[in-house]
Amino acid sequence: MIAAFSFTALAAVFTALAAAPFFLGTYGTGFLLGLVGYVTLASAWALFSGPTRYVSLATVAFFGIGAYTVAVLYETLPSWLVLVVAALIGLVVALLVGLSTLRLAGVYFVIFTFGLAELIRQIVTWYEVNITGTLGRYLFVDYGPEVVYWKLLALCAVTLAIGYLVKRSRWGLALKMIGDDEVVAEHCGLPTARVKLALFAASSVIITLVGAIQAPRWTYIEPTIVFNPTISFLTLIMALLGGAGRLWGPVVGAVPLFLLFEWLSANFPDHYSIILGLLFIAIVFVLPNGVLGFLEEHWTRLRANRSAKSDLEKREAG
Amino acid sequence: MITTFRRLSLTVLAGTAALALAALPGTAQDHPDKVKIGYAVSKTGANAGGAAMTTIPNYKLWLSDLEAKGGLEMPDGTKIPVELIEYDDRSSAEEVVRAVERLAGQDEAHFILPPWGTGFNLAVAPLFDRYGYPQLAVSAVTDKAPDFVKRWPKSFWFLGGGHDYTNALATLLADQVKAGVINSKVAMISVADGFGIDLVTAARPSFKEAGLDVVMDQTYPVGTQDFTTILNEAKASGADTFVAFSYPPGTFALTQQAQVNSFNPKVLYLGVGVGFPPYGANLGEKAEGIMTLGGIDPANESNKAYRERHNEVNGQYPDLWGSVITYASLQMLEEAIKRVGLDREAVSKELSTGTFETVLGETSLQDNQLRNLWLVGQWQDGTLAGVAPADRKGASKAKLPKQPW
Repeated sequence: MIAAFSFTALAAVFTALAAAPFFLGTYGTGFLLGLVGYVTLASAWALFSGPTRYVSLATVAFFGIGAYTVAVLYETLPSWLVLVVAALIGLVVALLVGLSTLRLAGVYFVIFTFGLAELIRQIVTWYEVNITGTLGRYLFVDYGPEVVYWKLLALCAVTLAIGYLVKRSRWGLALKMIGDDEVVAEHCGLPTARVKLALFAASSVIITLVGAIQAPRWTYIEPTIVFNPTISFLTLIMALLGGAGRLWGPVVGAVPLFLLFEWLSANFPDHYSIILGLLFIAIVFVLPNGVLGFLEEHWTRLRANRSAKSDLEKREAG
Repeated sequence: MITTFRRLSLTVLAGTAALALAALPGTAQDHPDKVKIGYAVSKTGANAGGAAMTTIPNYKLWLSDLEAKGGLEMPDGTKIPVELIEYDDRSSAEEVVRAVERLAGQDEAHFILPPWGTGFNLAVAPLFDRYGYPQLAVSAVTDKAPDFVKRWPKSFWFLGGGHDYTNALATLLADQVKAGVINSKVAMISVADGFGIDLVTAARPSFKEAGLDVVMDQTYPVGTQDFTTILNEAKASGADTFVAFSYPPGTFALTQQAQVNSFNPKVLYLGVGVGFPPYGANLGEKAEGIMTLGGIDPANESNKAYRERHNEVNGQYPDLWGSVITYASLQMLEEAIKRVGLDREAVSKELSTGTFETVLGETSLQDNQLRNLWLVGQWQDGTLAGVAPADRKGASKAKLPKQPW
């Protein structure tokens, strides 16, 4: 009953969002586009990193791969096929990377993924410099931001659906166990490497698609533009703010942060970086489990307090 | 009864028409209280260095000039104060696109000044076009400007393309070879980044056509600081000409290491950074003879005055390539508004066809591009003098060979 209700509510929200470009101007659409882009990135990131607690900074590596694939192929293939190719390339890279690194843990994995983004950027640069002889690629499309927005919105819905299904399946349970204690999980007979690899691949493919869908917004593609490490950091901090272990966590983190960034850059263009840095520190210290975790904790404590109090009252009365 | 009704309706109609006419925008005397000028530029992030050198100080200077004058002058002589709206794009393509959407859609700016960099100017070009804003793209070196003008008729390109610069350099070098000053061998290196790649790709055919012999052609990664091996190789190649399409940190490192290694090519041509005022100031005598892109006409008085005002307002002198052109583009915009008002369509047309008096001298655009550029500059007597094209008014004569360090 509740499930049916929340499903209907969700469908209504998504329908409203899909209709939004008809009522909002270009700026409104562009704003929603950026927002949905980051919600999708953060949700895709949390799909793998949330339960396993492997902090990945490779987001922009896949994002950039998606964007570059589009820039190279958009004139030769129909746009849906370009997306398929981008997804396949993302998948292959994710499998290669996953196979070779998912046995790493902790800070080694973080460092590796950060290096991976830089490595792929350098490879692309090397290729462009030595093979094609030009670094920038032009990407002219004849559709406006609405189309980009609708594609992103669809991808966002799919991402949330995957997150929901994974959580309810045996895979979700397995991932949770890996996150809690990988050694125990392995001793219980879980194929930890395979589970991690599959989730990493799914998450990476979605991130690749975000890059591929968003690329036509920029007209001109260059490694420094699409492999901008800020994208990795923002995705990470959004997911952490909301709570990476929960389905709606990344959404809860991405929406207010994105609104805040927009407000800051419109009103405090000179102090943006300082405020942002302070905010990051605050998130890590004050909300280590994310907003949802914080709320949940306080909710239970409140309830516990209340029930304790009523127990006491009863006893006093008795 | 009927006639009264008719008369009434006629009066109403006439009244409505008069009202509608009065409400029409663009009619004389109907000015806004303020002219909103907006821009989004990289104040932070990877592009901040370039924007802080070529773009932001000139926007600031122009706006302070306007403030001193009491605002933008309209065709009827009224002056309207300017309201500035500025955003930081944080060196992110998505941000710059959204910031321009905000300027156009939310803030309803009357005019939008372009961001810094080739990539970012292209990223916002479709938006400027859709909203009908003239785009005076200065900090964008591109060979595709003619195509862009066709695609976005209100876009204007001020800094030429890679081929312009390399053809001019090739002509200059070929003349020196003919005069017997240098041999025809060229050693060439380039940074593996947008600027370096575009220029080296243009230079290969330019040099070949001019009959020059490229004996060394190497690319180095961004961030390289040790050029000893490269310089030794260039030295050993026997080339009299050393060309580096470099970015500021590399340009400075190359200059220093060439001195340490007593590398003394007869022609020393380096990339972005040679035109920064501290470069000449720090090197002093040693800067003499070094060549690069850009330059100025040392005899141009209005340019001199501009440089002093730039220093007064910003506390630094402008660079000797893009800065003065940025400022000139703003003067053109100001003058075009003075001639035709705030109608963006008319302003674009005026920019495209009119002739303007700017700090560059008399300036006009051909096919929406500024073609009258200093393509090669050389440090001479403490200033970066424009030496090519040699037939341009105010051109200095190239002094070669460059004296040893």
